[in-house]
Amino acid sequence: MAGTPVRELDVGAITEAVKTMCITANYDLPQDVYDALVEARRTEESPVGKEVLGQLVENADIAAADRVPICQDTGFAVIFAEVGQDVHLVGGCFEDAVNDGVRRGYGDGYLRKSGMVDAVVETVSRAGSNPCPPVIIGVGIGGTIDMVTVLAKKALLRDIGRTHPDPRIAGMEAELLAKINALGIGPQGLGGSTTALAVFIEEMPCHIASMPMAVNVQCHAQRHKTVEL
Amino acid sequence: MAAKNLTTPLADDVVRDLRAGDAVLISGVIYQARDAAHKRLVALIEAGEELPFELKGAVVYYMGPSPAKPGNVIGSAGPTTSGRMDAYAPLLMRHGLKGMIGKGLRTQEVKDAMREHTAVYFAATGGAGALLAKSIVGNQVIAYPELGAEAVARLEVKDFPAIVVNDCHGGDLYAEGRKRYAKTV
Repeated sequence: MAGTPVRELDVGAITEAVKTMCITANYDLPQDVYDALVEARRTEESPVGKEVLGQLVENADIAAADRVPICQDTGFAVIFAEVGQDVHLVGGCFEDAVNDGVRRGYGDGYLRKSGMVDAVVETVSRAGSNPCPPVIIGVGIGGTIDMVTVLAKKALLRDIGRTHPDPRIAGMEAELLAKINALGIGPQGLGGSTTALAVFIEEMPCHIASMPMAVNVQCHAQRHKTVEL
Repeated sequence: MAAKNLTTPLADDVVRDLRAGDAVLISGVIYQARDAAHKRLVALIEAGEELPFELKGAVVYYMGPSPAKPGNVIGSAGPTTSGRMDAYAPLLMRHGLKGMIGKGLRTQEVKDAMREHTAVYFAATGGAGALLAKSIVGNQVIAYPELGAEAVARLEVKDFPAIVVNDCHGGDLYAEGRKRYAKTV
């Protein structure tokens, strides 16, 4: 039976497309928004309001003409991608291609990038004996509020003994584990030096003014399975 | 609308003359500082150490720019949300800070400190970073370069457009403006 031909797509095209979208999304205010601002400037009753709307229109003109970001806050790139089932991606991994596109867009486009920090011990300390220690801690850092909870859960899929590939994150994991075990909570919260068996962190870049973090406190009966077909 | 021209540093009588709702064009030197920098500045004051710039009469701009393209003075440079600086602002005003430029509501403590120390809060238009960058003609990082976009910079501005939101007499454009244009529909 003749099926639909499979289309091969090099992931390099994805990287290039994502890069371009990151830059143009920051430089060019969409026409519908621009038109709405122009109309609002005409109808606004407050002189201050009119002035502000005028500035926003002028700002969009400058950004488009000078090829600079509309706002210094260059946002957080959230990519929704649909991959049809008849596409075969070649030349690399899809996720890496998208991330690389964002990285290049924010670099080549002179867009502002954001950073990250840690803070988990307090959460485990407050949980105390409730989660049936010894626990396994999944930490999500960065991304957006919806993603960070998924990151924290995903972190728990890792096998104990396997550290994060990034030595900086692996170092944070070791530091957190030492601090949590120094809390003295112990097995079942009855006191002791084994409060957590492992700390796993998964991270994503995030916006400079927000630092979403999710801590998933998992009991020792950590049922995790992965299957490859 | 007609704007008042202001030149920094600001003297008390100039600040007293400003009213909520006034449009201003600021020229002279203003200092870029966001929350990370504010935390350090306040620690310096509390330790009795010298600040990286003269606070007397100073105007601080709550802003962290995008990277400057080659040949440009600065990247896009609009205001950030002022609320994150509320914990630090009263102490800075006590030590001579006269003006703050940002966007968004301030706490009652900050507004009280503005009355007590004769200071003013301006709003620049949030999201107009490309336009506002045009009025920044000089840019020199003077402290905490390791903070990147959050470093303290000495910015030279020419006719930087802003609106007085909170004056030193208790005037508050965020409250009054809304009241003036609210209607029953």
